[in-house]
Amino acid sequence: MTGTEEMIKDLTRRVEKLLAEYDPARTDRLEFLRARFDAGLAWVHFPEGLGGLGLPRELQAHVDRLLAKAGAPDNDPRRNGIGLGMAAPTILAYGTEEQKKRFLRPLWTGEEIWCQLFSEPGAGSDLAALATRAEWDGEYWVVNGQKVWTSGAHKAHWGILVARTDPEAPKHRGMTYFLCDMRDPGVEVRPLRQITGEAEFNEVFLTDVRIPDEHRLGERGQGWQVATATLMNERVAIGGGDIPREGGMIGVVADTWRRRPELRRPDLHARLMRLWVEAEVARLTGKRLRQKLAAGQPGPEGSASKLTFARLSQQLSGLEIELLGEEGLRYGDWTMKRPDIVVFTGKDAGYRYLRAKGNSIEGGTSEILRNIVAERVLGLPPEPRVDKNVPWKDLPR
Amino acid sequence: MSEDLNLLYTDVEESVRDSVRSLLAKRCAPEKVVALYDGGDAGQRELWQALAGELGLAALLVPEEHGGAGASAREASVVLEELGRFVAPVPFLTSAVVATTALVEAGAGNLLGPLAAGEQTAALAVPLTTSPDGPIPAVTADGGALQGTATSVAGALEADVLLVPVRTEGGLQLHRVPAEAARITPLTSLDMTRQIADVDVTGAPADAVAEGEAAERAVRAALETGAALMASEQLGVAQWCLDTTVAYLKVRRQFGRIVGGFQALKHRLADLYVMVESARAAARYAAAALAADDPDRPVAASLAQAYCADAAVLAAEECIQLHGGIGMTWEHPAHLYLKRAKADQLAFGTPGAHHARLADLVDLPAA
Repeated sequence: MTGTEEMIKDLTRRVEKLLAEYDPARTDRLEFLRARFDAGLAWVHFPEGLGGLGLPRELQAHVDRLLAKAGAPDNDPRRNGIGLGMAAPTILAYGTEEQKKRFLRPLWTGEEIWCQLFSEPGAGSDLAALATRAEWDGEYWVVNGQKVWTSGAHKAHWGILVARTDPEAPKHRGMTYFLCDMRDPGVEVRPLRQITGEAEFNEVFLTDVRIPDEHRLGERGQGWQVATATLMNERVAIGGGDIPREGGMIGVVADTWRRRPELRRPDLHARLMRLWVEAEVARLTGKRLRQKLAAGQPGPEGSASKLTFARLSQQLSGLEIELLGEEGLRYGDWTMKRPDIVVFTGKDAGYRYLRAKGNSIEGGTSEILRNIVAERVLGLPPEPRVDKNVPWKDLPR
Repeated sequence: MSEDLNLLYTDVEESVRDSVRSLLAKRCAPEKVVALYDGGDAGQRELWQALAGELGLAALLVPEEHGGAGASAREASVVLEELGRFVAPVPFLTSAVVATTALVEAGAGNLLGPLAAGEQTAALAVPLTTSPDGPIPAVTADGGALQGTATSVAGALEADVLLVPVRTEGGLQLHRVPAEAARITPLTSLDMTRQIADVDVTGAPADAVAEGEAAERAVRAALETGAALMASEQLGVAQWCLDTTVAYLKVRRQFGRIVGGFQALKHRLADLYVMVESARAAARYAAAALAADDPDRPVAASLAQAYCADAAVLAAEECIQLHGGIGMTWEHPAHLYLKRAKADQLAFGTPGAHHARLADLVDLPAA
């Protein structure tokens, strides 16, 4: 306890020093963010020199509060969710010193946006089946293939990429992880329109994309291991956001219930209260998970949080449409758009209902996550595998 | 609501858990507990004496100035998790948590000495189903003499002292009645590990330990503490059901395979795990809010009851189903857990009652 109090005091001093040297009212946004990163106040749990101070993760909230109170600009984490939630922890865990120094700062400030080049038309839940090839030509890794469901690719500068480097090896062992420059002429991004009418995702075609060896993350053939670390972080990021009570989809429904008494019906009240309890318990579960993470690394427990989040998000958005009655028959806008960020709360109920259907598919389907929980947490026998030790090139596709 | 409440287990709590678990593992085998259903003795008196005497559990929530350990709801909640895990037939919840809280809140801490020492136990004489916010069931007083019966009281059979809410013209009073002065009729209970009884106090000598608002406050605090911490017992029940089912499905073979490898069953167990971990967060929050005397404690208590009560029942039902035929038998302990879980679901207010209470607390009116 005393140790924590001292750390908080020290952080307060550091924040005051930053604010004294860079008055938020008179400092350019980017300049302030860079200074904040250099002061170790970007993510305090990262090492010194890389935006952090090696402190427990939960102390970040204290820094964020102080800076928000002083009117300091933040890095708008929603605009670079994949960079912050997935690329950064993976680079931290597997990157060389040069890679960490090169990539983490502009990633955190939002100067460089990231996307995730994992899924392929033939490799979604079975990610290790992916067919995008990376071949070493003596100077560069030359990448050819197609990725899909790439959110934010149209505004990303960098992509985390898994590609096959050894077709002779069994599928999990023949992949390598790369950092791909999305401005390379061989990268073509095409919008992929979804159920909502919007195109927040993309297809990405990779044709002779040249990646230098210093943009390989981890060893050759270690791609599955590195990707797994990314996916664990992804599930924590999706399932475990630090939100206040009624901060998510439940808040929207509860707010409508309070403002519009004419919509209230007994059957809906029973469902609303049950879901209110489940949403609040899910929030506390996420909070507990983050308190656990503060001590170590993300484990498969993130998968459990993500499962709950997907289910609740779908049930709540369904309830909202029923609650709205006649109004629930209408839809805001079918015009094709390419949003910068995905926000559920700013849109109408129909959008929320349709978009929530993706929550049990993206970032690991609920079926795959249940397998992960059953096998890695509960230690139940794995699914029978026919592809385990077969060279990738010999697998039926 | 406080955002800085710690939902993890502290080292002290883990060491409390270890000592309770190792004692229960030695002395509270399910084969022994089941005797209660056949009218036998499960050694529950000796078990309680060991828990109270050797581990000092009876004194846990008694303030230090009254001879207790002055521990908090956090430690008590961990004890309850373990008691739930063993469906232990001891009066910890009814005496050391609920009755003790009533006496502390009534300002009658000076009466707690014999309870803290494990020499006596007490029970609050209201139906186990009483919710913290409903009307308080009470007997009446006719010219100073008590009259009436408290029904379905948990912990009454083993109690030395009864704390009896009494409705008088001047308002509610809380009376202390020696158990030997009451007529206590044991009932055949759905959960014989926490047997209920009807308590007729007509004509019994009594002295008031609190009157009016103080009495009301004491009873409500006791019920709310019971509801908040019962969630940890439910968590313990659910955890045992999950652990036992997972262990069984790792050895049971059918169709030439380990049953736990079938995806349909793996997914059910994964869902059960998610539910148990969620119940843990809810139960921990209720205990932490209580320990910190956080303003959010009524919400925390109702939230935990609304969630954990159903979670324990579902876990016990899944445990029986996934064990197949053996799960339905008297020889397998699963039925003890289902009976405890189902009775617990009604205790201190059903999930529905807590939903209604939450609707008031968080401003989501039904109409």
